[in-house]
Amino acid sequence: MEKLHNNSRRSFLKVSSITGGGMMIGFSWLANLIPNEAFASAESAKEWIELTGFIKITPDNQITIFCPNPEFGQNVMTSLPMLIAEELEVDWSKVKVEAGDYDTPRFKRQFTGGSQSVRMGWQPLRKAGATAKLMLMQAAANEWNLPIAELSAANGMVHHKSSNKSISYGALAAAASKLSTPENVIIKKNGEFSILGNPQKNVEGAKIVSGKSLFTMDYKQEGMLIAMAIHPSAFGLKLKSFDASEALKMPGIKDVFEIKVYKDGYERGGFDTRTFNNLVVVVGNTTWEVMNARKKVITQWEPIQETKEMVNAWGSKKEEIIPAGLESTDAHMKQMYDLQKKPGKILRKDGNPETAFANAQKTLERTYSAPFLPHNTMEPISCFAHITDEKALFVAPIQIPDMMKQNIMFNLDLSADKIDIKLARMGGGFGRRAYGHYIIEAGLISKKMKAPIKLIYTREDDMTNGVYRPSYMVTYKAAIDNNNVTAIHIKGGGIPESAIHQNRFPAGAFENYVAESWDIKSNITIGAFRAPGSNFIAAAEQSFLDELAETIGKDPIDYRIELLKKAKSNPVGKNNEYDADRYIGVLELVKQKSNWSTANNKNAKRGVAAYFCHNSYAAHVVDITMKNGQPVVENVVSALDCGLVVNPEGAKNMVEGAVVDGIGNALYGGLRFENGVPMQKNFNQYRMIRHKESPKKIDIHFVQNNVDPTGLGEPPFPPIFGALANALYKATGKRFYNQPFINDLNKS
Amino acid sequence: MTKIKLKVNNKSVEVDVDPSTPVLWVLRDHLNFIGTKYGCGVGSCGACTIHLNGRSIKSCQLPVSAVGIQEITTIEGLSENGDHPVQKAWLDVDVAQCGYCQTGQIMAAVSLLKSKPNPTDDDIDTFMTGNICRCGTYLRIKEAIKKAAKSSNK
Repeated sequence: MEKLHNNSRRSFLKVSSITGGGMMIGFSWLANLIPNEAFASAESAKEWIELTGFIKITPDNQITIFCPNPEFGQNVMTSLPMLIAEELEVDWSKVKVEAGDYDTPRFKRQFTGGSQSVRMGWQPLRKAGATAKLMLMQAAANEWNLPIAELSAANGMVHHKSSNKSISYGALAAAASKLSTPENVIIKKNGEFSILGNPQKNVEGAKIVSGKSLFTMDYKQEGMLIAMAIHPSAFGLKLKSFDASEALKMPGIKDVFEIKVYKDGYERGGFDTRTFNNLVVVVGNTTWEVMNARKKVITQWEPIQETKEMVNAWGSKKEEIIPAGLESTDAHMKQMYDLQKKPGKILRKDGNPETAFANAQKTLERTYSAPFLPHNTMEPISCFAHITDEKALFVAPIQIPDMMKQNIMFNLDLSADKIDIKLARMGGGFGRRAYGHYIIEAGLISKKMKAPIKLIYTREDDMTNGVYRPSYMVTYKAAIDNNNVTAIHIKGGGIPESAIHQNRFPAGAFENYVAESWDIKSNITIGAFRAPGSNFIAAAEQSFLDELAETIGKDPIDYRIELLKKAKSNPVGKNNEYDADRYIGVLELVKQKSNWSTANNKNAKRGVAAYFCHNSYAAHVVDITMKNGQPVVENVVSALDCGLVVNPEGAKNMVEGAVVDGIGNALYGGLRFENGVPMQKNFNQYRMIRHKESPKKIDIHFVQNNVDPTGLGEPPFPPIFGALANALYKATGKRFYNQPFINDLNKS
Repeated sequence: MTKIKLKVNNKSVEVDVDPSTPVLWVLRDHLNFIGTKYGCGVGSCGACTIHLNGRSIKSCQLPVSAVGIQEITTIEGLSENGDHPVQKAWLDVDVAQCGYCQTGQIMAAVSLLKSKPNPTDDDIDTFMTGNICRCGTYLRIKEAIKKAAKSSNK
């Protein structure tokens, strides 16, 4: 790399020439993006190496796009570079995509989560591609002494039609890199695309099927040691003492010691879980040796006391109480039922629900519950760390690299300029890898050992280490007069947080509406899990609407559409969070594509559900038959509105995955606790959906529109729970209120 | 520690390990065949599936001392360039999401197709049930297996 040229400070793009005559265009990947002050003054070539988003054009016309957004299976390594390639005018099949690295010191957003990657990258990435193309065209115009208006670009070449001249981007790159960066480039309008909207295969597919090193678990370095941690056997316990004398005698063992993850006085951020702060660590040469030695460590645990901690999350500081005690699922259920009988905190109230209920001819009241869920990513938690005086290198599977900075700096005593995080492909995320405590743990171990180490969680460590989907309960109640619903009352909560979204549908469709909420403190730690909150409340809401429609004698799809039309023409209350038209759109599409009134498979029983979250709309119709008392999912028809679909192949795969994931968790998912101990610890005890339980067919349809992309990783997941519950009712005559459904199914 | 001779991917190798070490960790830690994945260590997820004398087996449940003269094949030994018909079918169908379980799925599928060149849906469901995909790519796996069966039977 040589030097920077003529870069405007305000531009989110920075262009440089590279040794040997190429061009490098660096940019902040998700650049709504105000580069911070450190960036504004950064003008040395060194800084460039640390930039995250890159387009590299070498003289042989090889175009490489570096994708720094963490990849955990949502296929951003394909879809995000597609956005650039579309505007750059290059042959997609010849573009190389590589993973980039972390760059928090200069840029403020590098994040996978919330179904945001494509949504946030939509404008800036296309602008990056268009700007680069314009500079290459300008270089050609200068070279040929022709007006740029007479030139065109396609397939990595600039052309001049009337003289039939062509020149490759590679040949222009060196000259282009010396031009100033244009400020206002024009990007294509929706409908003018040639790459976007066409199915493209996973760019890492060949590496995946041949078992190449992609994951943190696979990372190796000369002299690297293996580390494993021992955490308390139950939530509500902490380390009292340990005896490592036998373990230290085991072959290959280097050391056994205690680490304290967060230092005293650390104000945790939103993604800093407090699961177990004091761990016993075993370090040795190989995984098997460490696993065996770990069994020889004698540990003593003691009960925790109630503690209060300051948490500095999402822009506000608040005190969090962590209760003492050993918690159990049965006690949790009783606690939740008890709170359902008491008044909660009113989150929203429209009209006069009290009067409506007092005067109602009849009411329908149903209570729904769901257990804690572990994420169970196929790759268990792992992290590589090598901390020396000069540098701290991490190879980590982390969804939120930039939000780890304060934590790493504080708890590992590192300055920002020393931190280097290589982002490995993640063997699944689903929210779990937003909680990067393992980066601190690995860092502490490397510091103590003065060596490169890889921290590995066993499956048991992973499943019993917290950060679960919370346990929830909610009661829906409707006041009914002459088959008209006159009021809706929603009350619910969770351990330790509630899933009530008071401003979502059906809010806005009922004159009289009230939503209230409560929560129960717990020492079991929770975290984001694919479509947080929504993944429970959608099941409850959509099951209740189904039962309500039946009670008043209406078709479940028609009834939802009727309510949405009402909410559109005459919305009740303020702050309704959904677009009724797009909601209706997915319901109508699923109705049509599933032949709702005349099912294809006469033996199958069907259920429907729809939901809006993370800016997109999803509806499913699930067809099931019963075989030996167990459901067989014959077919799922899905309708999605996530705006423009960038990569239909990847998008379909993701929806299929959400459907399978939802059916699996609804039927089988659930972690039970007894005296603080997670009762399932591995896949021989915890039931995961498998091949034979997967739907036989999934038929996916996208609403065709010109809305900018609104995200897809999470939205198809929540409504599948409700659609399955409603199909199960049709097939068994029984309503399913409590997840996992398998428990009640096997009772019948 | 014991010196143990193995035949892995058609090459003879020798490792010096505790004989109780599961083949999974011998492959990953000692021989650097990292395409075989750790997922559960109890034989319940299939991420560590390899072939022993051409038949699929979960390598986390196989102590290295039990291998003897039997031949081990890992994903790295399935084909020279990742172009085994099953691997090609996986790419054609664009199966993978996160990709972590897929090498194990492929090794199981190759084994299935050896014993049943034209598997039915039920055959696939039964044989593959030991291989979990947390991302939920089961339908694509099934499609890829059928595609590979077709291309091999041409």
